[in-house]
Amino acid sequence: MDENIILSIKGLRLESVAGNVIVDNVDLQLRKGEVLGLIGESGAGKSTIGLSSMCYARAGLHIAGGTITLGGTNIAALDAEGRRAVRGKRIAYIAQSAAAAFNPAHSLMDQVCEAPVLHKLMTRAEAETWACELFVALDLPDPLNFGARHPHQVSGGQLQRAMAAMAMSCRPDVLVLDEPTTALDVTTQIEVLILLKSLIRQYQTAALYITHDLAVVAQVADRIKVLRHGKEVEEGLTEQILHRASQDYTARLVAVRGAAASERAVASTVKPQTVLSITDCHAYYGDFHVVRGVSLDVKRGETVAVVGESGSGKSTLARIITGLLTPRSGEILFQGKALPPALGARSKELKRTIQLVYQIPDVAINPRQSVQGIVGRPVEFYFGVGRAEVLARAKELMALVELPLEFLDRRPGQLSGGQKQRVCIARALAAKPDLIILDEPTSALDPLVAEEILTLLRKLQRELGLSYVLITHDLDVVHRIAHRTAVMLQGQFVAFDETDKIFDQPEHPYTQKLITAVPEMRVDWLDEVMAKRQTAAA
Amino acid sequence: MAKLIVNRLFLGLLTLFAVSVLIFVCTQILPGDVASAVLGQGATPEALVVFRRELGLDIPAHIRYWNWLVGALHGDLGVALTNKRVIIDDLLPRLRNTLFLAGYAALIAIPLSVGLGVVAAINEGKWSDRLANVLTLIAISLPEFFIAYLLIIFFAVNVNWFPSLAMVSGSMGFTERIYQTTLPALTLTLLVAAHMLRMTRSSVLSVMSTPYIEMAFLKGAPRRRVIVRHALPNAAAPIITVIALNMAYLVVGVVVIEAVFVYPGLGQYMVDAVSKRDVPVIQACGLTFATVFVLLNTLADILVILVNPRLRHQR
Amino acid sequence: MKLFGHKLTASAAFGLAVIAIFIFVSLFTPWIAPYSESANVAGTWDEPSAKLLFGADQIGRDMLTRIMYGSRMTIGVALAITTLSFIIGILTGLVSAVVGGWVDVFFTRLVDVMLSIPSLIFALIILGVFGSSIPVLIMTIAVLDSTRVFRLSRALGMNLTVMEYVEAARLRGEGLWWVITREILPNAWAPLVSEFGLRFCFNFLFIAGLSFLGLGIQPPYADLGGMVRENAAAINFGMMAPIYPATAIALLTVSVNLVVDWMLSIDARPSGAQAEL
Repeated sequence: MDENIILSIKGLRLESVAGNVIVDNVDLQLRKGEVLGLIGESGAGKSTIGLSSMCYARAGLHIAGGTITLGGTNIAALDAEGRRAVRGKRIAYIAQSAAAAFNPAHSLMDQVCEAPVLHKLMTRAEAETWACELFVALDLPDPLNFGARHPHQVSGGQLQRAMAAMAMSCRPDVLVLDEPTTALDVTTQIEVLILLKSLIRQYQTAALYITHDLAVVAQVADRIKVLRHGKEVEEGLTEQILHRASQDYTARLVAVRGAAASERAVASTVKPQTVLSITDCHAYYGDFHVVRGVSLDVKRGETVAVVGESGSGKSTLARIITGLLTPRSGEILFQGKALPPALGARSKELKRTIQLVYQIPDVAINPRQSVQGIVGRPVEFYFGVGRAEVLARAKELMALVELPLEFLDRRPGQLSGGQKQRVCIARALAAKPDLIILDEPTSALDPLVAEEILTLLRKLQRELGLSYVLITHDLDVVHRIAHRTAVMLQGQFVAFDETDKIFDQPEHPYTQKLITAVPEMRVDWLDEVMAKRQTAAA
Repeated sequence: MAKLIVNRLFLGLLTLFAVSVLIFVCTQILPGDVASAVLGQGATPEALVVFRRELGLDIPAHIRYWNWLVGALHGDLGVALTNKRVIIDDLLPRLRNTLFLAGYAALIAIPLSVGLGVVAAINEGKWSDRLANVLTLIAISLPEFFIAYLLIIFFAVNVNWFPSLAMVSGSMGFTERIYQTTLPALTLTLLVAAHMLRMTRSSVLSVMSTPYIEMAFLKGAPRRRVIVRHALPNAAAPIITVIALNMAYLVVGVVVIEAVFVYPGLGQYMVDAVSKRDVPVIQACGLTFATVFVLLNTLADILVILVNPRLRHQR
Repeated sequence: MKLFGHKLTASAAFGLAVIAIFIFVSLFTPWIAPYSESANVAGTWDEPSAKLLFGADQIGRDMLTRIMYGSRMTIGVALAITTLSFIIGILTGLVSAVVGGWVDVFFTRLVDVMLSIPSLIFALIILGVFGSSIPVLIMTIAVLDSTRVFRLSRALGMNLTVMEYVEAARLRGEGLWWVITREILPNAWAPLVSEFGLRFCFNFLFIAGLSFLGLGIQPPYADLGGMVRENAAAINFGMMAPIYPATAIALLTVSVNLVVDWMLSIDARPSGAQAEL
């Protein structure tokens, strides 16, 4: 047995109580101080494997087979007390959502010190000193008094770092990081990534880094294991996986996330007529000035993207266009005529010409209606035609979004995420609109599926001459589909120009910050960023 | 936090006021002509006139309401229609009796059911939990008089440990009082404990499903510590709400139990008044019951505010 | 055995069987009861025999016949109450949730005040003034109970109104009726159905309790709660007469609760307390 291997999992098998196989015969080897990235789409089983390495299975699942060897001991064969003694002490977990993982009733220091005191590694006083050291290393404000606060008193990014401190409190041999930066903004994500990487390096902890984002894991991991449907697809050194993948699935995952976008928006779809024009729009939520003097125009057959982080006001802009929020001032013209700001003041015909596609397909369509009902209703409602014609039109729509006709009889619960999003797009198309507002249309989808949806959207724009307003935080999506892009910060546009110009020659400092914060598919990207920051600080 | 508590107290007062209006409206305004509603179709015109004069129905409604309310605040609830006795003299001792009985039952029921509810939640899925589930399900399905009669048959008729009628009087000693009221208190306890156990169990179970509980297990904390230090502090608020809700069941159950055991409490008084259509007494009893209820709810809400960790440690 | 595609437990099967028997008996009582509703056939509190399966009541009528007629009456009234309360509660609750604004504030505050008075007390107040005729009973208890249905419907409606598919319907310009009946209600059925079962039990027990106090269904109508009251004195002689109607009440309520419990457990996921450690 290789002395250097700290965690070795052989033949791991997890089943649900109903008998379904969730993880099928997975092997895993982790050396001391090594970081192994577990990557896969949703449902691949990566979180489940991460938790299994601590010999823990969520309710409804159970470990049906395999050995889990931590530092020479098979912990799967230990009794409950033995397994309990290992958790937190020799292998620790960092959850995806820090806000949910902390108990609101206790202070942060209580919770960070709980594990080492419980496992009798330190006294409370020693644990507190060590905690403060960690707080300093994690760049938390006022580290000596930070622990006295309660979870709801600190920000999301700070909580995530506090969770890292809690995990390191026992100086474990292995850290399991379960999508630690997925819920954070791009600019916050990079801060936390830098801190995590330096923490791992400083204390030589081995780590399992679980994520669906290949570019992120490429920055931290030494080796990467690709998972799909509970089985291993491929494993290798990071460099190897990124550039010389041997499996087709892996190659597709890498290609999708590639910074150099293969397909861009086709300029020939854009016609000179202006479909939507917004001039100097101001909007408020109560007293809060959320949109400050935004001016935007969209031409026929064009896609205009509005990019920003959470709180920038981009979603509010979408609500203004659809009529859900009335701006306090500003002029909005649609097809050259003034657009009534309130939804109630718009005619049915006007409502028909502007449609909306939502972010999360699960809640965007009624689970109790059939697909035919969902895509047929706008036809019936706007055009007042009989049942036969509605059915014919529904079939046309299915063909447009590339879904088989038998799906018409299905309910949303029987469709996958990508299929549901296609139904949402079909529903929008049913009204024969001129403008479609896409609100983060691919953010909730797996990367390969998202790529298919973007391809579909481009095709529809070519064939039907649609105009899109795309709201997103994801710069990759913008590259692939937008003719022009607006960058939004705190209610204002800091840039609004052709997409290529914005990203190749960013002028505004925020645009530069945004672009440089997106991880690239290169192994040394993060190190470069860290080095740049150190020289800037020096 | 202090502001929240003051707000809640104020809301409680407002509710009391609204409740008094509602009771007054229901008894004096809704029926239209109260006299014929109460005395029925066959009443003679002279009887109607007498009735109206006794209730003061010739005075405008809002003045009547105001007089009634001010009187109530001073402890004057008027005079009974049927026997002309001063209401407050009959009401107060009966209120004391009812509160004694309810308090006796609550004292046993609350610790018993909350404790067992927590244990059942901890042992979810095991046979002890399933057994508790079935037993409490049966208990909440049984009518109060059924439970009462069963207990009477077992404890009073068969073994004669307790009396089957609860005769208490003002001059009774404490132990004697306890002896007389044990059987009715036990009935009430069984009634309320089953509800409380089920609700406590589901409150604790929903806390047990939170991510921070999973985190505590993943840190290697033993089960007992997770429950005591992590789950219970967060289950305190829902459990307090559960207890308050069940004090409402207690109030309702008290009325029927007093009838079965012929216990001289407020419930008996009100039931008598309803069967005799004695409107002033009905109003007075309704107001009293509602006041106790509103006070209990206000107290529970304030306790929930005090226990909330987010409010105890402000940003 | 399966029902609507879900596995039945032993207790749920028992419950369903009992409910089926009660429904059958209640519907066909006049044709299958051994004697007529008010026939005197024996002496006071006669022991059960071959002719009188549960013996006789306090004035010599057949207990079994009286229980059958009593069930018919009490179940019928409870069903009427629950149905009426649900119609009122669901309509006001969903409209409040979807429309919001002053409509919502008005109903919520009204319900809050109404719920500040315990339902039995409130019912007693109304009955004291209006008397205990059957229409008054049904109306009063239905309105009182609708407050709870209002709260549940409103909570369900609030959760569903924020769903994007409801917003999509509104953006289309769909009217209020469409949104409530076609978008929200189909997704709110499951909790409402189990709540119907629970409220039925509550109303059934409530009406029986009122009759027991002498304030509910009045003689000469047979009614289970009233029968317990009429036969109560038998307890002092060690006789079981009031236990029969009381057991009938208990049996039906337990059965409905068992079935509702089974329905609720279908959707339930195992809680964190069952994680494998």
